[in-house]
Amino acid sequence: MNAPVSTSNLYDCRDAFAETLERLAVNDDKIVAVCNDSVGSSKLGGFKSKFPERLVNVGIAEQSLVGVGAGLANGGRLPFVCGASCFLTGRALEQIKADISYSNANVKLVGISSGMAYGELGPTHHSIEDFAWTRVLPNLPVIAPCDRIETAAAVEWAARYAGPCFLRLSRVGVPDLLPEDHEFVLGRANVLRQGSDVTLIANGTLMHRMVKAAEILARRGIEARVLNMATVRPIDEEAIIAAARETGAIITAEEHSIFGGLGSAVAEVVVENAPVPMKRLGVPGIYAPTGSAEFLLDEFGMAPSAIADATATLIMRK
Amino acid sequence: MQPNELERVARQIRLRDLQAVYAAGAGHIGGEMSVIDILTALYFRVLRIWPDEPKHPERDRFVLSKGHTACALYVTLAMRGFFPEQELATFLQPHSRLNGHPNCNKVPGVETNTGPLGHGLPVAVGMAKAAKLSGADYHTYVVTGDGEMQEGSNWEAIMAAAQFRLSNLTLIIDHNRFQQGAALSDTNDLAPLRPKLEAFGWEVTEINGNSMEQVVPALEHRGSLPHCIVAHTSKGHGISFMEDRVEWHHKVPNKQQYEIALAELSEAL
Repeated sequence: MNAPVSTSNLYDCRDAFAETLERLAVNDDKIVAVCNDSVGSSKLGGFKSKFPERLVNVGIAEQSLVGVGAGLANGGRLPFVCGASCFLTGRALEQIKADISYSNANVKLVGISSGMAYGELGPTHHSIEDFAWTRVLPNLPVIAPCDRIETAAAVEWAARYAGPCFLRLSRVGVPDLLPEDHEFVLGRANVLRQGSDVTLIANGTLMHRMVKAAEILARRGIEARVLNMATVRPIDEEAIIAAARETGAIITAEEHSIFGGLGSAVAEVVVENAPVPMKRLGVPGIYAPTGSAEFLLDEFGMAPSAIADATATLIMRK
Repeated sequence: MQPNELERVARQIRLRDLQAVYAAGAGHIGGEMSVIDILTALYFRVLRIWPDEPKHPERDRFVLSKGHTACALYVTLAMRGFFPEQELATFLQPHSRLNGHPNCNKVPGVETNTGPLGHGLPVAVGMAKAAKLSGADYHTYVVTGDGEMQEGSNWEAIMAAAQFRLSNLTLIIDHNRFQQGAALSDTNDLAPLRPKLEAFGWEVTEINGNSMEQVVPALEHRGSLPHCIVAHTSKGHGISFMEDRVEWHHKVPNKQQYEIALAELSEAL
């Protein structure tokens, strides 16, 4: 499908997360929100006012945050454990491994303001390592929705899914890309645009930039396939192999280090199954300079025009 | 079960633990001997459990945060009927579900995977909080080592438990005074533990953790605050040449030592 892109209405996907969680919590009293003092930044103010006793705030203590989440699940609750992704996944990684992933605890980890959403606050607050840290862990689906519709669908899916998962959300505004009735299916990529010359793969905040890059490429006579790959693990191998075989080149873009993230996950599938030229766009293994999230994405070559240029260069290697 | 009967069971568990560690050629026998009286009192008297239905929603929760003493937990669970005692012979063998640290997805009766220290108490806080939210009346117990209390995550959880007023949570600190490499006092001395826990808003009881007469009432105590039992124990308790010797943290007895230990524990039976 060729999805319409509206640039005028940018949407903070945290709102879709919070609204969906509140809606689900009305009919499921097992749902609890667990946070590390992040009621505001996780947009849990509405949840707190509606279900005050079900908002479990452990204070600024991420190790305890994740461990308490595992215990709540053991006690039959359905915890959504929320925190800034940099602290949730970085500070509490061992808890995520032992208490959640290895124990297979039914905990939904929600990394807020991931990637470089905190922009000017700098690399301590950037979470450009979280795909790498989480996607190596068994039992832990890793999901980065691209718009408010997919965010809501992924939260609904997570509540139904019997097992842990990691939802990687941003606060950077994005346009609607998917139809209102979009249903999230774990491990399945969506084709946002058909094309046979090259494939553009992204997720999260990069998705709309990829769609715009494809529009630029089309004006240059290059028909790009665009895949929304919200699920980083388990990755949609079938869609990646088909893209490699049918379009002959793949470019990825992500709000993450180019090491270990979506691009690496795609490359792993490509190199073992259908080797074709690839280009990974992302943060090139450095700490970002000062700047807003949008500025930094442009700085690292992920403006739509720059993505289009990188794609045109890639195609010459076919 | 009365304290004198529990003492007999504890001696049997010590004996079986020694055999398992000797047979496997590995284990953490010192910390196992120190904690076995607590495990025995929990599983043979205090805990509301259904060995045939290990995931019963109303079961009391127990977390062995000092997961390296898994062998003592395995012996206790097997003798309590969670799985066949013969299976203890597979401890640490290839593909055995009795790993060096307990796995909740493989071993009936294990609630959460432990091994890295400082994990069990936060999870136990979550379990107790879940009961407060749902109205369930199960009680949550967690055992940590004393050296383990050097992990900062424990103090995060101690603060949360007090804030949540988790009267349904009991923390037992196996205070055997030795960690892997040296005495606590020569490493990062947390003692005395009581004033620290009290300062964080917990009720604290200090006992001889190798005396069943003291262990049972402490575990059965109920109050209005989260409860910490500082259990003064001896590393290697019950085997004379191991007691209070740091090297027996994870040393394995040779044949001669094994036979001496076996004789001492058998004699007490």
